[in-house]
Amino acid sequence: MSNIQNCETCPIHNVDNLTKLGINMEGIDYVIALTGNPNTGKSTVFNNLTGLRQHTGNWPGKTVTRAEGAYRYNNTKYKVVDLPGTYSLLSTSTDEEIARDFILFGKPDVTVIVVDATRLERNLNLVLQVLEITERAVLCLNLIDEAERHNIEIDHRTLSRELGIPVVPAAARQKQGMDELLKMIHEVASGKYVCKPYRMKTISKKVSKAVENVMQKILSEYPSLPNARWVAMRLLEGDQSIIDAVKTGELGKIYSVSKTQPQHVA
Amino acid sequence: MKGNAIMSNKEYIIKDADDLRWELGENFHDHIIESVYNEAGAIAAKVIIQKEESKKFHFDQWLDRLVTSRLTGFPIMFLLLAIVFWITIEGSNIPSGLLASLLVDTIHPELKLLAQNIGMPVWINGLLIDGAYLAMAWVIAVMLPPMAIFFPLFTLLEDFGYLPRVAFNMDNLYRRVGAHGKQALTMSMGFGCNAAGVIATRIIDSPRERLIAIITNNFSLCNGRWPTQILIATIFIGGAVPAHLAGVVSAGAVVGIALLGVLFSLVVSWGLSNTVLKGEASAFSLELPPYRPPRILQTLYTSLIDRTIFVLWRAIIFAIPAGLVIWLVSNVDIGEYSIAEHFINWSNPFALLFGLNGIILLAYIIAIPANEIVIPTILMLTVTTVNIVGVGSGAGVMFELDSTADTAEILFSGGWSALTGISLMLFSLLHNPCSTTLYTIYKETHSWKWTVVSAFLPIAIGLVVCFFVTQIWLLVA
Repeated sequence: MSNIQNCETCPIHNVDNLTKLGINMEGIDYVIALTGNPNTGKSTVFNNLTGLRQHTGNWPGKTVTRAEGAYRYNNTKYKVVDLPGTYSLLSTSTDEEIARDFILFGKPDVTVIVVDATRLERNLNLVLQVLEITERAVLCLNLIDEAERHNIEIDHRTLSRELGIPVVPAAARQKQGMDELLKMIHEVASGKYVCKPYRMKTISKKVSKAVENVMQKILSEYPSLPNARWVAMRLLEGDQSIIDAVKTGELGKIYSVSKTQPQHVA
Repeated sequence: MKGNAIMSNKEYIIKDADDLRWELGENFHDHIIESVYNEAGAIAAKVIIQKEESKKFHFDQWLDRLVTSRLTGFPIMFLLLAIVFWITIEGSNIPSGLLASLLVDTIHPELKLLAQNIGMPVWINGLLIDGAYLAMAWVIAVMLPPMAIFFPLFTLLEDFGYLPRVAFNMDNLYRRVGAHGKQALTMSMGFGCNAAGVIATRIIDSPRERLIAIITNNFSLCNGRWPTQILIATIFIGGAVPAHLAGVVSAGAVVGIALLGVLFSLVVSWGLSNTVLKGEASAFSLELPPYRPPRILQTLYTSLIDRTIFVLWRAIIFAIPAGLVIWLVSNVDIGEYSIAEHFINWSNPFALLFGLNGIILLAYIIAIPANEIVIPTILMLTVTTVNIVGVGSGAGVMFELDSTADTAEILFSGGWSALTGISLMLFSLLHNPCSTTLYTIYKETHSWKWTVVSAFLPIAIGLVVCFFVTQIWLLVA
């Protein structure tokens, strides 16, 4: 913690290679999705990166639509999409669907998962689900200052090794850890850091085989679908809305919906 | 068959998944979830080092027990609300007066003089300066100070983490009336702005419960209506008690109206979920976030920029055309009287049944786009029709008064009584949502039917309530 603070106050470290671009979306190189459980500070991270003032508040369910903003870092332009908080990717409420559809079908270049360091175990449930379906992610271990006040210490290096993605301790409200986060997003997006995302180990052979089987069939029907694996799992669970989407060909459309123009909450 | 090759291919995927599902057994979903939980637990165990229990945690628990207990939860909630209103009422009187003397007493005559000097035609002069400019000036003077005090206070509570506790206290009540517990949260959002509250209902999964939350959000007194409530409470309720108690008693009256709104949202939710929107309340989990020390300066800044200026700007935009309309209806005569006077005389007998008067009805119609400008419209129309000598500047001129005492004088001489004040407070709580909210409701529900219901249900309730209050009042008094 203390060394984070030292770094941020050090003039050499604070190179002005970050330009907050607000809602200027011209010539975007990479798309970043911000996801995580409700009330972990996604909107605060979003505001820090883009210089926008998405409303923040200390209660779950505050962000209900996508907000989009942009920044430039090391001459690369990033679009950031702030998503409503979600506890899992299997949920059904409108706000959580917005988050789910974007992670699944919006093809973000990097998914930044913001977690609450004081409730890490519960937050990891979503992290593992996201890692099942994405190749490139960064974990923002937020509220590290609060964790410290609760005498909780997180071995973030081990966590990074376990998950196979970069883990950045941060205190977004105090703007701490943002430099490191920008750097890791850049490394993952540009392919300098190659993620080896954690894949679940305790799923039985039989299940994996079934998922693989259905996934191949879906891919032969919808070759450009980004997340056939997840769709396969939903089909095996008997999710009626996904069954209908496959039947009617709507599945292709979900993808196009998440590419629509930015929406901002008034 | 051949022509349907693609179709059958898709169906083949589904059939295949169906077959496999039988093979995998029913608990496939549970199996996945269990794996997720187990593996998350295993990773967490490796990386979390919990040193001795913290004192901070105990404090959080102690505070939670206090603010969510059955015994103290609600009283603390009422008290906090009352304190917020009291600070708002006490704090905004003086800056309101200062703004009024600047914008209305100083700048308005200057503008009139300037218009005269450049030879502007009288009717353009009246329309622009007495209509549009004064409407805008009044809205700024009356709305800016209370908003600049109320919003930061409310945002501080939000930042600290108190809102989810309010929801926690209320969710049981909402569940019992057949609505979703999270409606308590969207209702709290509505206290800021109903349009925002309606969008916030997206956190509710079930369409039935979401619709109930949307229709009843209007019963949360929004910031457009706080100034009306505060002003009328100060004049008619605060004016009836000794001066040193006026602030506290008026704050109490406003809390009372706000609570009445909550009560109506519960009653109407109950009514809807037992008639047209029948169904069981669904279960949900509500997370109580940790308390966080509010960042005071940042909160002040963002609530001023994002909320106060945003809302004020909207009010100004609506006030300008309304100012034009007000000037026109008061200055265009048909026969002996102006359009305004015709309407007021015609609707007066009807309005009196509900404890209101024709002026209030006309003001509401003119102010349909924005609730914020009702009070200025009422004052202007009152002056025009009762011709009080020495106040106001003639037909269709909205003016500001230096103190609430002056406002009271005008209203009393316009035939207002305590009953009119109370009826106006009730009607201001129970009437149609503003045009922005209605548009949002339409966008969220995609249904004309529910938009119309959301508009007319509160009006009907408002008229019924005002009618009974008035008739009982007249019987007793």
